[in-house]
Amino acid sequence: MAMENGNILEVEGLRVWFPIRRRLSELIARKPPRYVRAVDGVSFNVKRNETFCLVGESGCGKTTTGKALLRLVPISGGSAYFQAREEILEELSRRGIKVGDDGRVDIFGIPPSKMKPLRREIQMIYQDPFGSLNPRYKIGAILEEPLKIHNLHLTRDEVEDLIHRVLEEVRLTPPEDFVDRHPHQLSGGQRQRVAIARALILKPSLIIADEPVSMLDVSIRAEILELMGMLKEREGITYIFITHDLAVARYICDRIAVMYLGRIVELGDARRVIEDPKHPYTKALVAAIPEPDPRNRLRIRNVPIKGEIPNAANIPPGCRFHPRCVAYDENRERLGERCRVEEPPYFTVERGRVVSCWLYEHFS
Amino acid sequence: MLKVENLSTNFYTFRGVVRAVENVSLELEKEEILGIAGESGSGKSTLAWSIMGMVPPPGRIVSGRVTIDGVEVTRLSDTELRRKVLWKKVSMVFQGAINALNPVYTIGYQLAEPFIYHTGLSKKEALDKAKSLLPMVGLSEEIAKRYPHELSGGMKQRVVIAMALALEPTVVIADEPTTALDVVVQAQILNLLKKLKREKKLSFILITHDLSVIAEMSDKIAIMYGGQIVEYGTSEQIFNNPLHPYTRALLRSIPRLRGPIDKLQYIPGEPPDLISPPRGCRFHPRCSEVMDICRDREPVLVDTGEKHLVRCWLYDESWKKRG
Repeated sequence: MAMENGNILEVEGLRVWFPIRRRLSELIARKPPRYVRAVDGVSFNVKRNETFCLVGESGCGKTTTGKALLRLVPISGGSAYFQAREEILEELSRRGIKVGDDGRVDIFGIPPSKMKPLRREIQMIYQDPFGSLNPRYKIGAILEEPLKIHNLHLTRDEVEDLIHRVLEEVRLTPPEDFVDRHPHQLSGGQRQRVAIARALILKPSLIIADEPVSMLDVSIRAEILELMGMLKEREGITYIFITHDLAVARYICDRIAVMYLGRIVELGDARRVIEDPKHPYTKALVAAIPEPDPRNRLRIRNVPIKGEIPNAANIPPGCRFHPRCVAYDENRERLGERCRVEEPPYFTVERGRVVSCWLYEHFS
Repeated sequence: MLKVENLSTNFYTFRGVVRAVENVSLELEKEEILGIAGESGSGKSTLAWSIMGMVPPPGRIVSGRVTIDGVEVTRLSDTELRRKVLWKKVSMVFQGAINALNPVYTIGYQLAEPFIYHTGLSKKEALDKAKSLLPMVGLSEEIAKRYPHELSGGMKQRVVIAMALALEPTVVIADEPTTALDVVVQAQILNLLKKLKREKKLSFILITHDLSVIAEMSDKIAIMYGGQIVEYGTSEQIFNNPLHPYTRALLRSIPRLRGPIDKLQYIPGEPPDLISPPRGCRFHPRCSEVMDICRDREPVLVDTGEKHLVRCWLYDESWKKRG
């Protein structure tokens, strides 16, 4: 019943545009509405049981993409076909949602009010373990809440058993010690493990993790990453891992998509992309990352990029990266005015690796 | 230039006394960058505040001395400190300082303020002076007319750095100067600091949890754990030959951008509670090489040669001799 290509999720042309309130003068002059194009035509596939990474700087649309998959932001366009479990599909058809014969369902085709069954399949882990847990709830209650919301008809004993099992799974042992504590009594790392446990308790197949280790101390980051890796192996979980940290991405991701101003500019095998970046933006990003080598202090780091990131309400025409692109200046003769007028499509530069840059046109 | 001797700072809270900084000594030479690395709660920010003589209540410096350019800062009154030392001899780029810019004043006015208060320039002269600071940090003079909300994060950070440099202090303390910034902007700010160090012969104390940033900048490094310095040495010593088990574990826990992908290590357990720190070595509950003596007696900083100091019984022969 699985999708033949082994994809759990196929996102095509996702757009999230936030309208900007028009001024009275604009309304009178009948000016067209303007938008902040947070996500502007993003397409990618996620294979079952892989860790797929979305990386980019703040404001590139990586978090919005993640939220869109859970319908936490209004969708302006696109489709996202998801391969759900049998029971979830049944639940969805009972609610009058059309499910394809191949067991795929378009997340963006479901009205938000009928999304609930799907949320058992797709869960999210947030960046801030201090803000994402209700301070007035005990850990036990925090973990019980999803079970209540999804009304799984469990007995008291079953619920307790489930909570204990999931706490053991995230290594908060012995579980009895933790169920009656409040979030403020836990360290940052422990809290993030509670957040992971809360996501796990519904046995989802896809977890969207939004910067899950950025707020944690370095010495415990690796522990959380390892835990997530272990759960991937054991529970067959698929991750969409959102991060700004390319070094972290290199360690835990199978494939990586680099985003800039609402669009994916390069996508491919994580190690290949980071070790041999092709898109001028990826090159700049990799060049900018400090490394723990004391010799670095003697040199000025050369980051091949100009200017500042433009506003998402005012995306440059043509290739959206061209005003900051150093390669564009260097290859002006070859590229001509193209970068300024025409948005580059995706060129396949090697197997499974696409780059959206006119420099690689000869690969088409 | 800057000398800190046996500095201890406590916070007196309802739960008890927090020994946030304990017995810290360090030295900073001209045109040198000292990196202070440590995790949250290791006391690195409190150390910075203590050097500035600005520990917020309920905190207090309980012992030790800080000398800057021959002036003993720890003995001055608050007024003297403000008049003679702050911003003139030592200034600070605070953590999250980009949010500290006043939204209702122009950048130029905020930059001019230290000149008005400290050097008694007229408003107009001060404003001109402020404008002349901007090119130094890679901004155009025209920025002086703008308000903070009109600038990007990187530009604001440059303004804050310009502010810290306004009165040409001998030492600048930068507390997590790039933590909230994107990598590209971070690289630009770090380049700027390197350039300023060279051109203005400045000395920096750089405080961060990010060891890569420390490596990128520092000549000397102090690793802090639980309010104490556990290892102190040159950048090469710390990165190429780390001695303390904590430093070693920390270095093995950073994901790297190049080279083989080894399994990342982590340090089990949690940082110590500084109200009732563990007996003996503060790191012993998390240490992989713990010995009997570590649980019992607190190690001191010992010099293992060439001014590479480490606070660990593994390198202290004295207890073995005494049996």
